[in-house]
Amino acid sequence: MTILTFTAVVLMVSFIAGLLGSLTGLGGGVVLVPLLTILFHVDIRYAIGASLVSVIATSSGAAAAYVREGFSNIRIGMFLEIATTFGALLGAFLATWIPTTALAIIFGAVLLYSAYLSRKPRPEAQRNLPPDPLATRLRLNGSFPDHQSKRHYNVQNVPTGFGLMFGAGALSGLLGIGSGAVKVLAMDQAMRIPFKVSTTTSNFMIGVTAAASAGVYLSRGYVDPGLAMPVMLGVLGGSLLGSRILVKAETKSLRLVFSAVILVLGLQMLYKGFWGKI
Amino acid sequence: MPIPQSPVRPSQPFIPQPWRDRQLELVLGNLLRWGVLLSAAIVFSGACVYLSRHAHEPADYHIFRGEPSEFRTIRGVIQSVRNGRGRGLIQLGLLLLIATPIARVSFSIVGFSIERDYLYVSFTVIVLLVLLYSFLGTGIGQ
Repeated sequence: MTILTFTAVVLMVSFIAGLLGSLTGLGGGVVLVPLLTILFHVDIRYAIGASLVSVIATSSGAAAAYVREGFSNIRIGMFLEIATTFGALLGAFLATWIPTTALAIIFGAVLLYSAYLSRKPRPEAQRNLPPDPLATRLRLNGSFPDHQSKRHYNVQNVPTGFGLMFGAGALSGLLGIGSGAVKVLAMDQAMRIPFKVSTTTSNFMIGVTAAASAGVYLSRGYVDPGLAMPVMLGVLGGSLLGSRILVKAETKSLRLVFSAVILVLGLQMLYKGFWGKI
Repeated sequence: MPIPQSPVRPSQPFIPQPWRDRQLELVLGNLLRWGVLLSAAIVFSGACVYLSRHAHEPADYHIFRGEPSEFRTIRGVIQSVRNGRGRGLIQLGLLLLIATPIARVSFSIVGFSIERDYLYVSFTVIVLLVLLYSFLGTGIGQ
């Protein structure tokens, strides 16, 4: 394949990944690395470097739109970023000596878990939880607009959430993804943050988290300009378009299709990892 | 059905001011968006130069070789741009992209200082130090 056709095809695939990731809310980054390694036979380290860069682009590009809706909580974000950035740094350093087959296996497991999580119905948010002393001291509790009024929420289980976010950061640094799945686990399940607050706040954090490991990747020579260019431009374009068109009726079937794709890619990555074909 | 409201708790010693937080966040959000668009424009112009020269060479990313130092350090990237290299320009755009979240965190320190929220000023400084270490302390700054 010549560089021109390679660039064009990767641009197109990244655009679709960004569009679907944004429409379904599952994130496009998670499918990019497996697509690049399985379809285009790109070395997983180059793929991770390119994906990480595109993750920063989508997170930072959509930040203004999310803030306008008034759901994100800057204090929750900043507090948890302490955990995710340290985790990301650790993950990025681990990635430089972990064998690529092990990377593929971990990636496969994360994909399968994401597919499972996307099909699982969200537990109904519990309201009127008592304030947690630590969350209160850290000023994490907040409110958001809900049907022309304000809804307050009290954040729970701060240490558990903080620990899980360290793990989310480490996975992000290790695999070059936003690791939205682990963040949902930490923020929705453990800390009981309302769904809209956790998704918009986590989008904010993804860019900062990815920036913490991007430096390590760049200095180690994992970020190839020829590959990162179509990936970054494609994902950014796709996700910006996706945030503009809101096809609410279609989202359910789109989510089904996209989680099926994630499942298949996860199995492929596991296969490649276990049989050393990466 | 009316949505039950959780009562405002007088025991809370500090109530964040959502309005000021939002204003700050809006400014930061726009800053980030412009940073991303600028870096995308630089990457795109680099892509034009790169493709106009290397379009018909074979693409090969199957074997990992690691990037040469001109694409791994700030000084190398700037030198590469000066030499008129397309990939140097792409890498410059990517460096700017990585810098946008760092700029956001820096401005958050200013925002929290204005609100006199020193707990969060210190949290944000920790995050900034981690980012700066990753950006400059890992060898890119050489």
